Amino acid sequence: MSAVLPLPATKRRSNSFIARLWRDKPLGALGGVVLLLFLVVGVFAPWVAPYDYNEIAPLDRMQGPSWAHWFGTDNLGRDMLSRCIYGAQLSVIIGCSAAALATLISGLIGIISGYFGGKVDMVVQRVVDAWMSFPDLIVLIVVVSVLGPGMPQIIFTLALLLGIGGSRIVRSAVVSVREHMYVHAAQSIGAGTGRILWRHVLPNVLPPIIVLFTTRVGTVILAESGLSFLGLGVPPPAPTWGSMLSGSGRTYMFQGPWLALAPGLCLTAVVYATNVFGDALRDLLDPRMRGTR
Amino acid sequence: MRGYVIRRLLALLPTLILASIIVFVTVRLIPGDVIDMMLSQNDVAADKKSREDIIAALGMDKPMWQQYFHWISAIVLHGDLGTSLWQGTPVTEHLRARLPVTFQLGFIALVVGLVIALPIGIYSAIRQDTTGDYLARSFSILLLAVPSFWLGTMVVVFPSIWWGWSPSVDFVPFFTDPAANLSQMVLPGIVLGAALSAITMRLTRTMMLEVLRQDYIRTAWAKGLGERLVIVRHALRNAMIPVVTLVGLQAPLLIGGAVIIEQIFVIPDMGLLLLDAVQQRDYPIITGVFLVVGVAVMLINLMVDLSYGLLDPKVRMR
Repeated sequence: MSAVLPLPATKRRSNSFIARLWRDKPLGALGGVVLLLFLVVGVFAPWVAPYDYNEIAPLDRMQGPSWAHWFGTDNLGRDMLSRCIYGAQLSVIIGCSAAALATLISGLIGIISGYFGGKVDMVVQRVVDAWMSFPDLIVLIVVVSVLGPGMPQIIFTLALLLGIGGSRIVRSAVVSVREHMYVHAAQSIGAGTGRILWRHVLPNVLPPIIVLFTTRVGTVILAESGLSFLGLGVPPPAPTWGSMLSGSGRTYMFQGPWLALAPGLCLTAVVYATNVFGDALRDLLDPRMRGTR
Repeated sequence: MRGYVIRRLLALLPTLILASIIVFVTVRLIPGDVIDMMLSQNDVAADKKSREDIIAALGMDKPMWQQYFHWISAIVLHGDLGTSLWQGTPVTEHLRARLPVTFQLGFIALVVGLVIALPIGIYSAIRQDTTGDYLARSFSILLLAVPSFWLGTMVVVFPSIWWGWSPSVDFVPFFTDPAANLSQMVLPGIVLGAALSAITMRLTRTMMLEVLRQDYIRTAWAKGLGERLVIVRHALRNAMIPVVTLVGLQAPLLIGGAVIIEQIFVIPDMGLLLLDAVQQRDYPIITGVFLVVGVAVMLINLMVDLSYGLLDPKVRMR
């Protein structure tokens, strides 16, 4: 029976990426919107925030949420909403730059290790093994203690840490691409290694790299807040979400529980959004992962 | 089996050596001004140390390769990780006191994680696409997104506000009073296990879905076996291998995450030791913790590999 099932007469469905995202992965699309919202709020923080993040108002100390202060005020009378908004700015800067740098490192190591294989691969993979046997947070604490606290150090350390770990994912993608006919074809007509890597390998391992970047943004933000929480993050008075949950703020949380709520909710929302958005991207970009969750 | 274990241990050697070099080089990266900082902090320390003493204590007055061999041979031959710069006590002594607490916390977190993850993951798979499945999956993504230190903070702050209850801050070792110790460790264990349970739940569900579609499961159903038998004996056991791998891979997460959790619940484990050492720039302790944790993670991963043979008879240890 070779009958072809007649296709039902449907409206022509838009196949643009964003349309597919909304249609197939509404939760992921929502995550993307939340991320975009935080990005915009973070970038335009000085214009969005109702107060300055460090504006001390002794008369307004420890006030609960109100119309004047949506998220309440802290022990110095600083507006928590404004601090959270400026916190978004820091998170966006650190998250995006460290994730971008990490993805670059993952890409470089993964492509070199995966494409050349053999001894290069073996040596690189053993180094990655050794590196990955240390818990991220322990490495962060040690390296930040060596470099001293500060934004550039934190971005660099997080990027290196996550970049080396993530190289595994890129490598496995490269290993499968390497054996494809079009790569062999390019090799046999004498294309240079650089050209093969740039024109043939890279475009085909781009989907996992994009997904890697997206999920890394969330990981970086979480790791940075963990460091700030331990007092090793961006030094005060910078209002990072992590530092708002730690230090002197903790002693006042028992009188003003709203102090614990706002930064934590911001963190959870951003990480939740990157997770669902990353998952959706992976499902749409990587046909092998379709249908699994 | 024994040959396999020996070969695996030998294969671990290059990784171990590389890890020790990473640890060593990190200490070498200490810039000089940190030594100055230690000197300036010396006024509050019990005994006075000169710059040369500190450099010598860090072994930085010799060529780098000599320092490495001196350092590594002390570890290999005598199990000597050096002495604390401030207290002058052996690092191994500090570690011996703290390591069991970290492992206990990690173990509780692991048990909590699995107790939450396995039943929900299995339920989610056998009732795929039902409301329960959607709820379970949303719950797991949410657990993944909640930072453990925030969850920990809430667990400390809100019960205290609502019921005036707060966790005890005086740590009781397990062998002194098991009941008091457990009542202290369970809450941090749950907080630490929450993130682990989310990841494990998702993978359990995915693997169960895959296994449930296999022919031998259909055969088991066709033979008329009960649901419990099919799920537990036939499906779960086969779905477990990737889950065990994942749990093994989470070992660094548990140990690292413990650093933050014990800070909140004031549990004197390795994390607190490390943080204190970082604040005091006590480098021998930092390298000691760094190295021991790395080796522990490698051994856990080895144990995970060895456990495959128990779960799956098809995996022969050769």
